[in-house]
Amino acid sequence: MGILEVKGVGKRFGGLQALGDVNLSVGENSVHAIIGPNGAGKSTLLNCLIGKLIPDTGSVMFDGQSVLGRKPHEICQMGISRVFQTPEVFGDLTVFENMLIPCFAKRDGAFRLHAFETIAQEKDVVEKAQVMLEDVNMQDKLHMTAASLSRGDKRRLEMAMCLVQDPKLLLLDEPTAGMARADTNNTIDLLKEIKDKRDITIAIIEHDMHVVFSLAERITVLAQGTPLVEDTPDNIKGHPKVREAYLGESHG
Amino acid sequence: MLGLNKKDTKFLLIVVALTMFTPIILQPFAEGTGLAQFNAGYPDLMQRFAIFGIFAIGFNILFGLTGYLSFGHAAFLGVGSYSAVWMFKLLSMNVIPGILLAVATSGVFALLIGYVSLRRSGIYFSILTLAFAQMSFNLAYSVLTPITNGETGLQLALDDPRILDGVNNSGSLPVTNIFGLAMNSSTQIEVLGRVWTFNVGYYFCAIIAILAFYLSLRIFRSPFGMMLRAVKSNQQRMNYTGLNSRPYTLAAFVISGMYAGLAGGLLASMDPLAGAERMQWTASGEVVLMTILGGAGTLMGPVLGAGFIKYFENIFSKINDTVLHGWFSFMPDGLEDLLVVLVHPFVGKGWHLTLGILFMLVVVFLPGGLIEGGQRIAALFKRKRSDDDNLDPEHHPKQTPHVAE
Amino acid sequence: MDAILLQILNGLDKGSAYALIALGLTLIFGTLGVVNFAHGALFMIGAFCAVTLQRILSLSFETIDESRTDFLGNPLKVETPYVEAWFGPDVGMAIIDWSVPLAIFFAIPVMITIGFIMERGLIKHFYKRPHADQILVTFGLAIVLQEIVKYFFGANPIPTPAPDVFRGSFDFGVLLGFDPYAIAYPYWRLVYFFFSVTIIGAVFAFLQFTTFGMVVRAGMADRETVGLLGINIDRRFTIMFGIAAAVAGLAGVMYAPINSPNYHMGMDFLVLSFVVVVVGGMGSLPGAVLAGFMLGILESISSMNEVKAIFPGIDQIIIYLVAILILLTRPRGLMGRKGVMED
Repeated sequence: MGILEVKGVGKRFGGLQALGDVNLSVGENSVHAIIGPNGAGKSTLLNCLIGKLIPDTGSVMFDGQSVLGRKPHEICQMGISRVFQTPEVFGDLTVFENMLIPCFAKRDGAFRLHAFETIAQEKDVVEKAQVMLEDVNMQDKLHMTAASLSRGDKRRLEMAMCLVQDPKLLLLDEPTAGMARADTNNTIDLLKEIKDKRDITIAIIEHDMHVVFSLAERITVLAQGTPLVEDTPDNIKGHPKVREAYLGESHG
Repeated sequence: MLGLNKKDTKFLLIVVALTMFTPIILQPFAEGTGLAQFNAGYPDLMQRFAIFGIFAIGFNILFGLTGYLSFGHAAFLGVGSYSAVWMFKLLSMNVIPGILLAVATSGVFALLIGYVSLRRSGIYFSILTLAFAQMSFNLAYSVLTPITNGETGLQLALDDPRILDGVNNSGSLPVTNIFGLAMNSSTQIEVLGRVWTFNVGYYFCAIIAILAFYLSLRIFRSPFGMMLRAVKSNQQRMNYTGLNSRPYTLAAFVISGMYAGLAGGLLASMDPLAGAERMQWTASGEVVLMTILGGAGTLMGPVLGAGFIKYFENIFSKINDTVLHGWFSFMPDGLEDLLVVLVHPFVGKGWHLTLGILFMLVVVFLPGGLIEGGQRIAALFKRKRSDDDNLDPEHHPKQTPHVAE
Repeated sequence: MDAILLQILNGLDKGSAYALIALGLTLIFGTLGVVNFAHGALFMIGAFCAVTLQRILSLSFETIDESRTDFLGNPLKVETPYVEAWFGPDVGMAIIDWSVPLAIFFAIPVMITIGFIMERGLIKHFYKRPHADQILVTFGLAIVLQEIVKYFFGANPIPTPAPDVFRGSFDFGVLLGFDPYAIAYPYWRLVYFFFSVTIIGAVFAFLQFTTFGMVVRAGMADRETVGLLGINIDRRFTIMFGIAAAVAGLAGVMYAPINSPNYHMGMDFLVLSFVVVVVGGMGSLPGAVLAGFMLGILESISSMNEVKAIFPGIDQIIIYLVAILILLTRPRGLMGRKGVMED
């Protein structure tokens, strides 16, 4: 029984069957990649997992609880964090404040009217944020606004904001899309490091085969809204169906 | 001190000092001189500075921090005024119960309107708040006449019960007071031809304004304030960080509604009548003008904006052709007349034109308002001395890109 | 029954004005992506175009008629409008009498020019700024425009009569078999209604059947792609802004006899027009027209005594109430597209 169990999920947009009967099981503390050609339904599936879309059929269970019908913030509080395709940070706020917010969310839940404390009084949160920023080597950028960071730094900050909440499952949506090769390699190293240091499950949607094969322990290939195969990277590489449907096209 | 860091404590003390000495500061010109008309140290005007300052501070907590542009905040001001006047009619001319009720009813009112309006964002939110406020305004004029006294406005009457005050046999209307000290009583001191008026009502408003300012300072510096800025910056990221943005915005809405109610209650305490026109959308537009003109999202900006607009409303609008001729009398006749003709449309009754132009200029060139303008000027002088001063993001609001091309 | 019919008719002229203003608003929003709070001011300027033309046409010179005396026994001063002197009394009188319809030809170039200046001088700098900034700057502009008008024309409403022919009412009642004068509808309001329908039809035809209109519609749907095709969208959008300004202006010109123009009439209509646009759906032209007429008629019907007896004060709030209900149940309005103004 995996930490994330997707059973028979289907989603239809008007006449288009974006997802049809997707079954997926992500094992605890594994790195699971979901790949597939454009329009295979990867993003739709991801959006179903985080509460942005509600599937027409099927169930999504996380850690024994259903996530369907829950709001994004509730799902996050259950322990699922998400990294976006383009880094989403609080652009107008400083790097330090960006890090404080997830720390508060982790400690106080979805809402708390702490209008009369000062931030400095909340020593545990401040310390936690500082430690995390040192971990990702951004302690010298504390007072810069997040919008002024480079794209790579924004990505690192976003990742750190997710990790500081100690999520059980980290969802990555094409984390290296549009990155230069060097940045991509840095991201791979970062993710490997995260994997080694923590008990965390990572589900990753990716286009870049280099990234997928350097990280993933299991891979699901999605095509036309249904899973084609699910196997280890080595087996996927050699799988004739996958070559035909996917690798054949992009690595021809 | 008071849960503030050194810098903020200093800031607060300066604000306190300025507020306390306002009757002196705003009376710089000796009576009888040509410049005396620019004096603003009149109780009536100073009270308005403080009251509209409170209104704008509250509006800024919503708009400045979360970016939700409400076009209906005057409704809360009106509700506050009506509540306070009812307290004066039924219970007592002591202003405390009136103001408490004003804050409470406007809070409840804001909770209801906010709960519905905040289901949408952007322009839809603005239109929803506008619609609610216009509804309140129209109802206050028509069906709710038993409560609001319609067009005439709600006023005191001799036969009001005023349960706590005992029987009023004087035959004249009682005045608002705080534990017996009448709001309209003043002491005048004349120094070097300058008449300083120390008015109970002003000091009452000023103390409440300082408290309101202090509260907003605490909110700005609190984790809650940070969350509100996060709402403005990136609501999606906020939700995916496990935070529910709705109660945060609702709390901000209710707090700013209560500020507006407080301002309304104070208006009624200074002059115990309440009319529906206080709720009209132009009144809501005015607080938007104040906040933007001063600098939305900054601490002092809204207060400055409120003071600026109220000052010009009262002082600028009094400048007529005679005054203008007086100013330009040192010039040759032809030039004098020409200047008077040129300046005339912008002063007196035309001061709204000046306000509109000024407002547009601020939105186009100074999105951070007067505060940003001040900082830019200060920066010009500072640059020569040091380049690496540590910028505090709140005192130095981020510049939004100017005219996009 | 006749009372309801009468109210529907009464709602038509207000609905026409709402529809015309909302049409321009949503056209500007759909093409330029700008929320224009100064649009009501354009309506108001249109109305004052009618006032201005009437004043120009009535410009008179003074002559002294020795043959007659005033009540003091002095020779009588007679004011003769120039147009009467030039074209003869009959034609001259007719021209003055018809100044409101004639103002249409005066208003079109004026409004288009104002629209161009507004767009090139101010609005274009705000395409990429947040909607809040657009609201604020156009709000400021609206204040400036109305103050300028107030400076020149004063604060009081200026009666601007329609041509004599259109005085009086058309008796629908007799036509439909009710009592005489049960449904009497002023001729001018009828003219206003048909005028609005014509303008609305013209705008739709223009967008539907011309290449220009096709490009604009494509631009409304997907601005970037059309830009990539190498079509100069910006210039066309400027023209669109001019057209939207002209539509609002014409709505104002013809409205002048119904409601004597005053400097703040624009703001009064603007608030309601925005509600209309939102109810119709931001960026939807048919939605704006539909919602305009619908709300105009609803407002009118709810002002009937029978309705007010059941829901006191409903006529004061009906439009806002409908707007709130629609916004909460159909966030995109009646006919709005997906993804418009949703952050």
